[in-house]
Amino acid sequence: MTAAPVEGPHAEPPTSWIGRLRTRLEGTLPYEKLLPETQPSYVASWIYVFGVLTLAALAMIVASGAVLAFRGPAWYHVSSTGLFFNSMHFWSVQLFFTFMGVHLVGKFWMAAWRGNRAKTWISGVLAFVVAVGAGLTGYVLQSNFDSQWIAFEAKDGLNALGVGAWFNVANLGQMALIHVFLLPAVIGVVVLVHVLLVRVHGVVPPLEAAKVAEDRAASRAAAEPVPEGVR
Amino acid sequence: MAATTQEMLEREPWTGPTRRYDIVKEGVIATLVVAVLVVILAAVFSSPDDPALTFRGWAKDMPDDLYNVTVAELAGTSESATYGPPYNTGGDGQALGPINLQKLVGVQVPIDPANDFVITPLQTQQQPTEVAAALTAWTAASAEQQTAWATAYDTAINDPAGAAGDATKVPAGDYGPVPALAKGLVAMASSGALDGVLPSSGGNFFTTDNTKQILFLGDGGYLDAAGTANHLQGNTWGMMNETGNYPGQQWLAPFSVWYNMPFFNSDAETGVAATATANGDIYIMAIIGFFMLLAIFLPFIPGLRSIPRWIPIHRLIWRNYYKPRAR
Amino acid sequence: MHVLTTIPADPATYLTWGWVSVSVPNLIAILVTVTLFVLAVVLPFPGGHEDAQDES
Repeated sequence: MTAAPVEGPHAEPPTSWIGRLRTRLEGTLPYEKLLPETQPSYVASWIYVFGVLTLAALAMIVASGAVLAFRGPAWYHVSSTGLFFNSMHFWSVQLFFTFMGVHLVGKFWMAAWRGNRAKTWISGVLAFVVAVGAGLTGYVLQSNFDSQWIAFEAKDGLNALGVGAWFNVANLGQMALIHVFLLPAVIGVVVLVHVLLVRVHGVVPPLEAAKVAEDRAASRAAAEPVPEGVR
Repeated sequence: MAATTQEMLEREPWTGPTRRYDIVKEGVIATLVVAVLVVILAAVFSSPDDPALTFRGWAKDMPDDLYNVTVAELAGTSESATYGPPYNTGGDGQALGPINLQKLVGVQVPIDPANDFVITPLQTQQQPTEVAAALTAWTAASAEQQTAWATAYDTAINDPAGAAGDATKVPAGDYGPVPALAKGLVAMASSGALDGVLPSSGGNFFTTDNTKQILFLGDGGYLDAAGTANHLQGNTWGMMNETGNYPGQQWLAPFSVWYNMPFFNSDAETGVAATATANGDIYIMAIIGFFMLLAIFLPFIPGLRSIPRWIPIHRLIWRNYYKPRAR
Repeated sequence: MHVLTTIPADPATYLTWGWVSVSVPNLIAILVTVTLFVLAVVLPFPGGHEDAQDES
């Protein structure tokens, strides 16, 4: 008498935690859905590229930021190469928020939260909010006049909220750790969740897509009144 | 309530017409395009980097202002001394009606301006005889005596009917060692020593915390003048501005707008506008928090979530899909 | 009061309409963002022909 196989096409449904997790993930996001070769034909507008452009800008922020991290916050004041990397970091942030703005506005006008996609919308807004915070920590990390001014001004809002001691914009050490490690980690997780949710639910169909399908079915029926095979 | 066909279409995986599209290729192209764009922008425009202000600069450009602020620190009347939590108990902080989160949190980053900004830095250096004697007299005196001297001098300097901010016009009085201490600190700032000593908080080898310097620097007119000169004041949309000829944080515009409202910039001494101005930061944070919640929970808010249906920009976006098909 | 020589003072040009004040670089950034949105919605997207015409 042989025991039932654990894995393979003839296996029983798993009862182990890891097996159940695997089955759940496979059901929610199989590889074909994660990396498809096709997309719905309504995804045909330049507005759709702004999500991936935002991701690309984020990649540039991280890459340029990594170089700045390896050389320390004071490097770019004394090195022209450092200034160039600081400039790349500065402009990728500008592009990041520009592309994200267009992406957000586009998704709003498409009411992209429809069809159980509320979590996608929410994670997107959260990504924006955390990014603004990450930007603030970066600005106060500059160790120049702008960082002095911003730290002096921003401390009041944060202190009024009661978080000024743990988000101390005048403490360079704290800000460096939060800017280089903590917030990028949070953004990474939120963005990953956001992108995976898009793949799980697919790109939202157009408003009135049902009506379009109906109209097409009706016009097809009108064009072929007699079903084939019926004489 | 049964779902409409449209709702079911939105929820179910798409089974309608598709086209071949390579999102990995799209991602790679997007990354290359953005990388090239970033390199070009960086090479052509560079980035802003105005050097940090120093106490040496303050002593050089506005020595009288630094002198007066030092007296205020000793007297406990400066902005830092009366700030309240998280730095000290010199004030109550901002309240939103009955809620005062700032006070609730308590003192977490203890700052004692008189000692941290003035006495301790002076004590780390060998001072001229006059200043050394003043230091001895100050530290030997009781807290009450110190307060009496400093408050008397601070009041005398700021008397609108008397010196009106000009320390040279102060009448004689019992100010103890305070004038000598203030003069000593301005001299220390002038030499550049204060810039090095303040961060070390009296001799620590390592330092990454600049709270003391930021607070002290902002206590007078020097940082403020620099902010104004560079158009960075909150009530001139400064929150979204950058130094130099560069774009700032335009995405902060919805936040910045409130700091420009007359309601939060009132000169009134009493009334709602006066309260709003004095507690502007927490009021504005509450407003921003509200709008943020609106944005986050938009999918569930009737009316707001229907705006895309009422203003059909989507008809432009999906116009190809809506076109009747020729068979 | 003498001229402040130790503070940076190289602000951008600011355009002011009453209560609103915006720097030229910021205005350009905002206009670029709006333009990108309008172009993205209006410009035709190179469409491939449809494949699986699974119109069930």
